[in-house]
Amino acid sequence: MNIPPKPSYVLNQRHLLGIEGLSRADIGGLLDRAEQFVDTNRQIDKKHSQLRGRTQINLFFEASTRTQSSFELAGKRLGADVMNMSVSSSSMRKGETLIDTAVTLNAMHPDILVVRHHASGAVELLARKVDCSVINAGDGSHEHPTQALLDALTIRRNRGRIEGLTVAICGDITHSRVARSNIILLNTMGANVRVVAPSTLLPPGIERMGAEVFRDMREGLRDADIVMTLRLQRERMSGSFVPSSQEYFHYFGLDQRKLDYAKPDALVMHPGPMNRGVEIDSGVADGVHSLIREQVEMGVAVRMAALEALSLNLPNA
Amino acid sequence: MLSDRRPLLLTNARIVDPARDLDFPGDLLIADGVIREAKRGIGAAGVPEGTEIVDCHGKVVAPGLIDMRAFVGEPGAEYRETLASASQAAAAGGVTTIVMRPDTTPPIDDPAMVDFVMRRARDTAIVRMHTMAALTKGLKGQEMTEFGLLKAAGALAFTDADRCVTNAQVMRRALTYARDFDALIVHQPEDPDLVGDGVMNEGEFAARLGLTGVPKAAETIMLERDVRLAALTGARYHAAAVTCAESLEVLRRAREAGCAVTASCTINHLTLNENDVGSYRTFCKMSPPLRAEEDRKALVEALASGLVDVVMSDHDPQDVETKRLPFAEAAPGAIGIETMLTAGLRLVHSQEIPLSKLLAAMSARPAELLGLPGGSLKPGSAADVIVLDLDAPWVLDPNELKSKCKNTPFDEARLTGRVARTIVAGRTVYEYV
Repeated sequence: MNIPPKPSYVLNQRHLLGIEGLSRADIGGLLDRAEQFVDTNRQIDKKHSQLRGRTQINLFFEASTRTQSSFELAGKRLGADVMNMSVSSSSMRKGETLIDTAVTLNAMHPDILVVRHHASGAVELLARKVDCSVINAGDGSHEHPTQALLDALTIRRNRGRIEGLTVAICGDITHSRVARSNIILLNTMGANVRVVAPSTLLPPGIERMGAEVFRDMREGLRDADIVMTLRLQRERMSGSFVPSSQEYFHYFGLDQRKLDYAKPDALVMHPGPMNRGVEIDSGVADGVHSLIREQVEMGVAVRMAALEALSLNLPNA
Repeated sequence: MLSDRRPLLLTNARIVDPARDLDFPGDLLIADGVIREAKRGIGAAGVPEGTEIVDCHGKVVAPGLIDMRAFVGEPGAEYRETLASASQAAAAGGVTTIVMRPDTTPPIDDPAMVDFVMRRARDTAIVRMHTMAALTKGLKGQEMTEFGLLKAAGALAFTDADRCVTNAQVMRRALTYARDFDALIVHQPEDPDLVGDGVMNEGEFAARLGLTGVPKAAETIMLERDVRLAALTGARYHAAAVTCAESLEVLRRAREAGCAVTASCTINHLTLNENDVGSYRTFCKMSPPLRAEEDRKALVEALASGLVDVVMSDHDPQDVETKRLPFAEAAPGAIGIETMLTAGLRLVHSQEIPLSKLLAAMSARPAELLGLPGGSLKPGSAADVIVLDLDAPWVLDPNELKSKCKNTPFDEARLTGRVARTIVAGRTVYEYV
């Protein structure tokens, strides 16, 4: 059995519903712990026992491949029994409400629920109705805390720090929970945050969340250390928010010419899944400065740290 | 009814009659369902035999409130509220006249429906109930209803409730025709296309919560259109539920130009703001949405200056099935008929508005606009009267509310002041013990 080399980080809260409310020490502690899991995840024996006997349910009201499999693997590597439920295909179709589903699952005594839902605030609503810990795996356009944590870990491993870096978040800010969680986390850790998008994809009031707003991508990328590109959903590209994917790519797609405005060693990130040729050029996505694959690896480690941090806080731990 | 029609003397009271701008310590005598006298020192000697004498210990005696807009689910949504339950809630809140929204199922858009609800109310309600009729047939925004016949049947005004008549030609014709009958058109100005998927006030808080915002322009653009049509037609137009400072500016200009537009706001927009949504509290989801604190302050000022005429409860009972949902999916609306006055007293206690102004906006002003007899303590007027304990502190327990639904934004709020007694046509219909 593997014994963790350093003491684990315990979050002083029952749920992880967002980055909002986490202190700098919380974020640093989770990242330090995740760092250790990165190492053990590269070994042959990846198994830990901190969550042995625990039941983790991944409750996804919205389809997801990478986040769900990342949480599943994280739970299993910590020794938990993991169950996946895709609710879009089961009882919600029959008219069962979110609360009914929560109450039903709660009766099965899970220890941790990992929840994704298409409505902002839905995970918090559900968390109020259950006795276990809840991790928000993305709620509407609100928050996606583990994504922001894995982005932070990726940045920290490549730059050695987060403080003082200039991070440009580009694309559909309005509909992005990844953008919101990242803006909050990066501000907490002392980075300079920029958002770059056409005005139709910027929510009014975003500048008051601590992000400098740019509508010209070259200006927004100038001397940036990190460029994060967000996914733009197809239904938003045909006249409702932007006129076409061609026009969007021309002005806001991340290609080498635009990337040249950033620092020469600027790093490129994307939360996935990518629309190649819409928000990011294939050459950039697969280029030497791209961290996109590393982000996926960090995802498992960060989720292990989050699961462990909450499980140590459960009443019967 | 809780008591018979014995004459009633309220002594040792602070008489506040906003309709006549009176505020003095005195007594009030009620007999045969009308107010006989309101003056200093009537005393037990000067009253008819058998008069019930109530010492008010300095409490306020004021005209019963007239709630200019409340949703009552009868017919069609009796699980949300009935005429009986709405009237019980009203009595507990000091409201002696309810003006119903016509968006029932089926909607109140023909004279037989007006007749039905009036008769049903007479049989089951303990306060006075009136209804507005639909402005357009089926609330569809296309063809105007029978203003003449509906008014003759008892409809007080014409409105499509929270639905906006987007077709300017339909609105112009309705206003033009309404003028011939001196009918009041009540319209909630809100462009549905600009509202879109919006669920709360647009701005920083919506951005933080990841919710789609409703811009203020959705309201001001439609209000601007309406006041121009009102000026064009000369009709009596009332803007229902204005929410923001920009709308007040539109109203001010229209008034200065001599246009006969009046306006109301809801008690929610007067006492709450977008921050009350907090972490997705669906009880604070309203349509139109709660706005910023600057807007709330502007509304209070406009109420004090008389630019906003009426404060209404906008009572909208919603059960758990429609409220216990993620914010964007939950129904908007809050109950308020029972808490309208006590919530409004917050503004009086914080000295944002004088008591008489608040009471006028909830009684004398709506009476004037709707042509109702109440709203005054003048001798000879109907004895719709409330006794109000201004300083009683209490905590609102939703389970004690009379309404069938408990969706109050003042859930567990600390409140100061409550209704001690409600009298309708000389009968006590509510007494707090």
